[in-house]
Order: sequence, then structure tokens, then C-alpha cells
Amino acid sequence: MAVSPSRILRSVLREEAFYFFTSIGNYTGESAASLDEFLQKIKEVNIKSLEFHLYREDFEKWIAQTLGDAKLADDIKSLRNMKVVGNALRDRLYFTVSRRLKDLKGGLQTTK
Amino acid sequence: MKIKGRAVALDDLDWRILRLLQENAKLTYTEIGNKLDVAHSTVYERIQRMEEHGIIKKYKAVVDVEKAGLQHITALITIHTEPKESEHIANRLSRFPEVLEVSSSFSEELVINAKVVAQDQAKLHSFIAQSIAPLPGVLRIRTSIITMKFKEETSSPFV
Repeated sequence: MAVSPSRILRSVLREEAFYFFTSIGNYTGESAASLDEFLQKIKEVNIKSLEFHLYREDFEKWIAQTLGDAKLADDIKSLRNMKVVGNALRDRLYFTVSRRLKDLKGGLQTTK
Repeated sequence: MKIKGRAVALDDLDWRILRLLQENAKLTYTEIGNKLDVAHSTVYERIQRMEEHGIIKKYKAVVDVEKAGLQHITALITIHTEPKESEHIANRLSRFPEVLEVSSSFSEELVINAKVVAQDQAKLHSFIAQSIAPLPGVLRIRTSIITMKFKEETSSPFV
């Protein structure tokens, strides 16, 4: 069953938020409790953190299992398979998430 | 042993008993008495009183988990916190069975230090990400995984 845009766009509890690490056990202090916040953090966090989580499949898991967005999780999986690193990764990830966010917010307006 | 208010003053015999017990907690009262040239009843009485006053906290076996065939890793983690949340975070950490030691220290800023065990790196990371990072007041976390131990002593040299 498809998850509604409003559910995907909600803010989750602190315990369910995404916590950005740069390596095993090294927490940056940055976290995101919604897709909007997640997009913002993509611009801000250390590039090492994006690489660490992308190749551990953490982004896909959080987006699919916590936010419930299988479509965006698949898009990020494709990005992982392209083996992008560095600022190219940041740019592509930002583009992928912002595009999906725009679609979801558009869907939210049409369902109102 | 003399008690003045809440303070407990140990005498030379108490200290000698503690030294022996730190080396080998399985020594009997008679064995301790023989080593110190005092009656086993005296040893019994001294140990009872030190237990009652919490000077001897507990007796335990120190297990070599590697020899016991348990796969595990140990990590030292440093948690930078908001100062007003520091004690609360330390208390919360103390409740996790994975956390063996918790202390606070101050260099340039107040931090919480913890020794953590996990079965592997993936479980260590999950524990830190799911149980420590979300605690209110945690600013950032630094983790070092222990690769080799050169010394591990639980007895105090000051006893």
C-alpha cells in the first residue's frame, strides 16, 4: 500500500531521527527528524558522513523503514550503485532528495 | 577500623587484609590469618565490618572472554554534552549492560567517558546510534575501538 505524502513528510520522534556519523561510533552532532531537515543536512554535514552512510545503505533504510518512502529509497540505491563520492555525491544526493521532496509537497497540495 | 561520623579510618591490619584480597579474593579467613599472623576470627570480624561499610564492594571473577570463546570488541567513547545534561546522560549510560564504565572528565570542556563492549563493529555502531546519540544533550561522540590491551589491572596500587 502506498504511503501518503503527509506521512512521509512528517517529523519523527527523536529516537527515530537520522543521526549523522563520519565512521563507526563517531557522531557529528547533526541529525534530521524529517525529510525537510534531511535535505538541509545534506548541504551541511561533512562529506565523509554522506559517504559513510550511503555505502552502509543507512539512508535507504531510514527513508524506507522510518519515513516509509520506497520510491526515494530506490533512487538513493541507484545513486549508491553509481559509486559517486565527494562533492559530486553531495550534489546528486541533494538533487535526488529535493526533487522527491518537491513531488511529495506537490502531491500534498493536490490532496488538500 | 574506627568510624568517625560517616568517615571510616582503616588501620594497618585492615589495609593488609585488603591488599591480600585484591590479589586473591578466594583466600579463606584462616589463610589470611596465617599470612598476617593473626587469628582467623579477627580476620572474619575485620572483613565483615569492611563489607558492611561498603569498603569491600563485592567479590567477582575476572573472566578472560577471549579464552572463553566469546567474540567481542571493546570501545572507549567520549561524549561531548551540554553541561546541564551531563550528569543525566552519565546516569542513563550507566543503566546499559553494554556500558562497563562511565566517568566524567574535564580538559577543555566537560565530557563523559564510557567503556562499551559489543559483539562486533556493526552492533557497536547500532548501539551508539540508537541508544546514545538520541539522548537529549548529546552534542557529538568520538569512538576508539581497542585493538590491543597491554595492561588491565583492577586492583588499586594505593591499597
